[in-house]
Amino acid sequence: MSAAIAAAPSLRTPVRYEEAVIKKFTVATVFWGVTGFLVGVVIAWQLAFPALNLGLEWTTFGRLRPLHTSAVIFAFGGNALLGTSLYVVQRTCRTHLFGGPAFANFIFWGYQLFIVMAASGYVLGITQSKEYAEPEWYVDIWLTIVWVCYLICFAGTLIRRQEPHIYVANWFYLAFILTIAMLHIVNNLAVPVSFTGTKSYIYWSGVQDAMTQWWYGHNAVGFFLTAGFLGIMYYFIPKQANRPVYSYRLSIVHFWTLIFLYIWAGPHHLHYTALPDWAQTLGMIFSIMLWMPSWGGMINGIMTLSGAWDKLRTDPILRFLVVSVAFYGMSTFEGPMMAIKAVNSLSHYTDWTIGHVHSGALGWVAFVSFGAIYFLVPKLWNRERLYSLRLVTYHFWIATIGIVLYITAMWISGIMQGLMWRAYDTLGFLQYSFIETVEAMHPYYVIRATGGTMFLLGSLIMVYNVWKTIRGDLRHEAAFAQPVRIVTGAAE
Amino acid sequence: MRISHAIFEKNVIVLIIGILVTVSIGGLVQLVPLFTMEQTIEKVEGVRPYSPLELMGRNIYIREGCYLCHSQMIRPFRDEAERFGHYSLAAESMYDHPFQWGSKRTGPDLARVGGKYSNEWHVAHLIDPRSVVPESIMPPYAFLAHKDLPFDDIADHLKALRITGVPYTDEEIADARKDVIAQATGGDADTSGVAQRYPKAVMGDFDGDPTRITEMDALVAYLQMLGTLVDFKDYRPAADYR
Repeated sequence: MSAAIAAAPSLRTPVRYEEAVIKKFTVATVFWGVTGFLVGVVIAWQLAFPALNLGLEWTTFGRLRPLHTSAVIFAFGGNALLGTSLYVVQRTCRTHLFGGPAFANFIFWGYQLFIVMAASGYVLGITQSKEYAEPEWYVDIWLTIVWVCYLICFAGTLIRRQEPHIYVANWFYLAFILTIAMLHIVNNLAVPVSFTGTKSYIYWSGVQDAMTQWWYGHNAVGFFLTAGFLGIMYYFIPKQANRPVYSYRLSIVHFWTLIFLYIWAGPHHLHYTALPDWAQTLGMIFSIMLWMPSWGGMINGIMTLSGAWDKLRTDPILRFLVVSVAFYGMSTFEGPMMAIKAVNSLSHYTDWTIGHVHSGALGWVAFVSFGAIYFLVPKLWNRERLYSLRLVTYHFWIATIGIVLYITAMWISGIMQGLMWRAYDTLGFLQYSFIETVEAMHPYYVIRATGGTMFLLGSLIMVYNVWKTIRGDLRHEAAFAQPVRIVTGAAE
Repeated sequence: MRISHAIFEKNVIVLIIGILVTVSIGGLVQLVPLFTMEQTIEKVEGVRPYSPLELMGRNIYIREGCYLCHSQMIRPFRDEAERFGHYSLAAESMYDHPFQWGSKRTGPDLARVGGKYSNEWHVAHLIDPRSVVPESIMPPYAFLAHKDLPFDDIADHLKALRITGVPYTDEEIADARKDVIAQATGGDADTSGVAQRYPKAVMGDFDGDPTRITEMDALVAYLQMLGTLVDFKDYRPAADYR
């Protein structure tokens, strides 16, 4: 039933959707995506060749790394989520946005201001040093205001829907908006040194602060980078494949178990630390259980292609969407495995964690966003189709090879460094000094940076394709693959 | 009675309440006991709030994102104990707003780096890491030696921290400015006040330039006290099993 709502647009009075703001969010997604990837590529090369820190205080790895993570998570991912959610909620509720264009514009520009305030702060050294929650108190307050407006806009649109049911994608978007608000406020409680200065001290300290931070940090992954993007999956895959969601029942189980279990997983970032053992054990157990709803969601997404598998050959946009779900499945298997304390004792503090994050961030979050962008641009700008599907195919393969280089390099460097740290020689001494383990990372840092550079190149192809599509150009080209017509009973 | 999921799908308020209840449980179970259970933080001697100079150095450590490559959390493994020292206790970061445990060791753990190297080594290393560790991939921080430490508002920092629960006394707040100068000058200055208020604080002209107090002075003062406060000769882990 819910799938039918997604697949079949209204036959009644046409609704004038608020789409100008969706266009802005789409362009912002592309812009911040390229920016975030570029900064990531810069810091990846810095780790391979430290001279690239340039000796300036504004360009050190320590200041650029939060710029990279915030740009890709909150600027690229955030704009993708805000844009798609406000698109999907209108279409699936068959009504226009609550609050009208001015309110939507405030949310858009308010969110961009948050990004610019946060990013400029990092370069100048204004940070509260909580990973993925680095912005200082005044930026946090501004984001809270914008976020509450976003919630009002989204929930208000749901309330005045013209459909009896709230579509499944909107459950995920709503959980994402509400939970991020809760996490953001609790984790960022701080006492400013003065109301005219930027510096503040976080209210929590030591072990309680660590637990609060990773309760926030892991659920930035769980709700920002997962629940929100599952909302994208539940709308855009059925639309692009032109098939209903595989299982309505599975989507209900998927939703409630995912949001219940995710919130417990934070302590796996603190295994073997001074966090009490009971909390570590809880975090490990719930992280392992989280494997199930994650794969339930993956199955629901991928099996939506039942009866339409052949489209993977011919439709590179669908390929982005479906491969993103496959990466989601891979990283949500790897995550629970790394949350097992024995595995974590090796993987923690190493590049394995970085590789894991990127198989999720590049493979899942970015790919599903690329799919949604390629879907949205021709629709929003009223074009027949994208400028070039061949360029989408090139983007897909260059980015995929980039990801494979990235994550395999990080698996090897992470596991190798973890093993080197704990290696003993036959006389019972530590076999390697710390700096020897740093030196051993060099080739893998070069490979990783190469993979990241390829991913950036792919995104530049997307920029060109999106730009040409918006201009209204169409590239006359033969498709790489044609649908195959199977003639039953034909002679061999 | 069979409850239909339609109640969540047809009513936004019910859906919102359902989500909020579902996502609150885990956080409440994991966070609240950390504030109420006494054995969360070990009872050990020696842990004290940061001296004003150390605090300023810590803020530079935060500003430069040192935590992104250096952990301050030694795990209870044989190799980590041999490499970095006794495993870290929760008590050792009880006055850390925010905590600096880190999540990545691109460089070595710094939880007990205090006293392991000379001030001169730290200054040389921060100015040009590869001059003392040729294979290092750390960025250079030479600019710290050229920048005067801004500490006119140091008392406000201590006051803000007191609101969060750090037990700075009125006297410590009143003398904060004086304590920065005394600790960063060492030698001829009257350091008895700092030494009495902040036991084990390292005194001295850290950056080798006695004419001014730089950000380098503050950062090295912070690095030199890391992990030195607890005397592990008296520590019995069995007594406060977590």
